[in-house]
Amino acid sequence: MKDFKSPLSRARGLGSARSGTSHWWSQRISAIALIPLGLWLCLSLVMIASYDHAQAVEWIRSPINGIGLTLAIIALFYHASLGLQTIAEDYLSAEWLKIGAIIVIRLSAIALSATAVFSVLRIALGE
Amino acid sequence: MAQLTLPKHSKVREGHNHPSSPGMKRPRTFTVYRFDPDSKENPRRDRFTIDLDECGPMVLDALIKIKGDIDSTLTFRRSCREGICGSCAMNIDGRNTLACISAIDDIEGDISVHPLPHLPVIKDLVPDLNHFYAQYASTKPWLRSQTPPPPGRERRQSIEDREKLDGLYECILCACCSTSCPSYWWNGDRYLGPASLLQSYRWLVDSRDEETGERLDDLEDSFRLYRCHTIMNCATVCPKGLNPAKAIAEIKKMMIKRSL
Repeated sequence: MKDFKSPLSRARGLGSARSGTSHWWSQRISAIALIPLGLWLCLSLVMIASYDHAQAVEWIRSPINGIGLTLAIIALFYHASLGLQTIAEDYLSAEWLKIGAIIVIRLSAIALSATAVFSVLRIALGE
Repeated sequence: MAQLTLPKHSKVREGHNHPSSPGMKRPRTFTVYRFDPDSKENPRRDRFTIDLDECGPMVLDALIKIKGDIDSTLTFRRSCREGICGSCAMNIDGRNTLACISAIDDIEGDISVHPLPHLPVIKDLVPDLNHFYAQYASTKPWLRSQTPPPPGRERRQSIEDREKLDGLYECILCACCSTSCPSYWWNGDRYLGPASLLQSYRWLVDSRDEETGERLDDLEDSFRLYRCHTIMNCATVCPKGLNPAKAIAEIKKMMIKRSL
């Protein structure tokens, strides 16, 4: 099909979406949060590696560690879902594939982070 | 449907060879991309060997010599031959630049000359820049103001405010930056690219312009602005030494400033 649209009409497209800044800004904020949280998580995992099961459970039950783990999980999955969405927008040019990927990324991030947070809370708050 | 094969005319084959002749004192070989839309053939790389003793110092001089002496069908854009018109932007030795200010002696080995990457090729080294120019036009790159100019005189601007335009107004729209940007390659249909964004910023910081907010509204878009991932190819290749990546970062800062 021959396209008689003018170059300007093609360049202007559907216009500005009036959004994008909050996505970009959230990506920076979560990255900043992940600097201390990521560092703490890595050091903790190295330390926990030598613990037995009872010691590990005891470690998670400490309020500081429980809160730290929860925050790290939220920041990690939030940042990952923003970043993966950016990758999908960059590299998937077929519209259905891009939208499908964004839906999968969003829902998986929510499901995985909820599962991880629930696991921490169950250990930290359980009997 | 995902495209699994390369589009028509993607595979470049080896082309004609125009070797050196015995009398040449300083022979140098140029490998030049050739594509003729009328021939229905795939593009090819022609090799031309010329004598640098009978040629000017720049790559553009060599192309003009090839066109004059060896193959008059070689097609390229050129005008000012001093880096101010932006017509002879092309990919030389793997890097986007202006042929007229690229010294042959600065390049080692055979010199490859290709059109600007990832644009439709009209013929040989001439790419289709319609979309690039339309994107620039879509940013309304002129002074937009509600206040009428003072009668009988120009709109005044302080020396400090004028200095904010340095490093921005010098852009010659040669498209070297935009066509070196991977983000522009993949999403150039919607991403404005470094050249248009540098010019957008040129108007955003102009103290005489009164539509800063409207300009930011038009850029507030995941694709138009935020496809810039600070890859920095734009700043690396700009033949005028400008820094579009920095201008884009400044636009992002303005976006944050007005939302916080």
